[in-house]
Amino acid sequence: MDNLPRIVEVLLEGLPETVIAAVGGIALTIVLSFVAGLALLSRSRVVRGVTRVYVEAFRGTSEVVQLFWLYFVLPILVGIQLVPLFAGVLVLGLNHGAYGAEIVRGAVQSVPRAQYEGAIALNLSPAQRMRRVILPQAVVEMLPPLNNLFIQLLKSTAILSLITVPEVTRQGREVLVPNFGPDIVLIFAAMLVIYLVLAVLITVAMRLAERVAAAKVGRRPSEEARLGATLGAGAT
Amino acid sequence: MPLWDWGYALEKLPDLLRALVTTIEITLLASVLAVVLGLLIAVVRQARIPLVDRVLWAFVEFIRSTPLLVQIFFLYFVLPQFGIALSAFVVGVLALGVHYATYMSEVYRAGIDAVPPGQWEAATALSLPRGRTWTGVILPQAIPRVLPALGNYVISMFKEVPLLLPIGVIEVVNQARELGTQSFRFVEMYTIAGILFLLLSYPASILVRRLEGRLANI
Repeated sequence: MDNLPRIVEVLLEGLPETVIAAVGGIALTIVLSFVAGLALLSRSRVVRGVTRVYVEAFRGTSEVVQLFWLYFVLPILVGIQLVPLFAGVLVLGLNHGAYGAEIVRGAVQSVPRAQYEGAIALNLSPAQRMRRVILPQAVVEMLPPLNNLFIQLLKSTAILSLITVPEVTRQGREVLVPNFGPDIVLIFAAMLVIYLVLAVLITVAMRLAERVAAAKVGRRPSEEARLGATLGAGAT
Repeated sequence: MPLWDWGYALEKLPDLLRALVTTIEITLLASVLAVVLGLLIAVVRQARIPLVDRVLWAFVEFIRSTPLLVQIFFLYFVLPQFGIALSAFVVGVLALGVHYATYMSEVYRAGIDAVPPGQWEAATALSLPRGRTWTGVILPQAIPRVLPALGNYVISMFKEVPLLLPIGVIEVVNQARELGTQSFRFVEMYTIAGILFLLLSYPASILVRRLEGRLANI
């Protein structure tokens, strides 16, 4: 137990990398989810086809393979060696963006048909229709599944330790385990708690976003969302 | 040196396929563990025993909110401290199985909750014993509905087997890395590894989707 402060200190040295990876990955995921999700609904066969290939390729292969491919194979093919953290953010974003695309597509499709028809009757342009009518309602639907996706992404940041990013898992595995062998239970317990806290933070932020999004379309947040925001309940 | 050497790729393919078999073995064993343990957690939680329920809830949330990779390390490094020395293969099956059992327990729970309350009441009215109520009435209605969701988790599990690479399990990616290191030919090895995953998981996900469609009509 005496070593606990030192252990936590070393683990927290990896926290910035973990947070950068998670936040960067989430940002890229959001962008890709919307772009690919809407592209899946495009009228153009080519756009739909290309997007489908992206989505299935990233959902069908292991994230570790994608990481190794980007980090070890890409440099051989095109001669650009990516910084480990950047390669990590890219893979996290590309992988989870493929899952997010299906969430966005599903949410947009779940908006009632009458909303489209109403927007057309009001002579809104396709862009206005999407931005003013469809998306605000779809966003309310997609936030809970996106919460799960972001927590998955947070957990996936641990694989960045495999390409030498000095994030929390690598700090624990490479720095602490060789030096504090007898305290191994403590090391991993502290590590798991750090991830748990980060996961709860994501959930709290997403519950807040759910309330804002619901209020924007004039709905009250669901019972569960309100309860979750007060309890800060973990991943669901 | 060409970027892609077909001769080399074909020469090493059997090694990769052998590693793929290991990957599939781990997936299947871990699936069995997850399917059984997940059901157990769901059924026990349904009984709503005060303290047990809280403990199980905390356990499920904790496992689901923390990285599988860290859990794998935890089992691999911590268990020997308590005198339990397991091979990397067994640790892999345990870690994957327990991790996914928590996911599956939530799936089962949703399926059990979806069984109409009238079914429980009818079972009580017929004074069926508790065990028979589960095996004869509730589960036969709950489980078919959740099969696609369970199938999807098995596919995810398959794709997460490479997380066992740092503890030395020779699964596909680890094999690809070793072969690549020997020959400095990473392009072929990692690309084939990726394609092998896609070749199995894509058809599997189509099968699950078809199962979903078929169950929707019941």
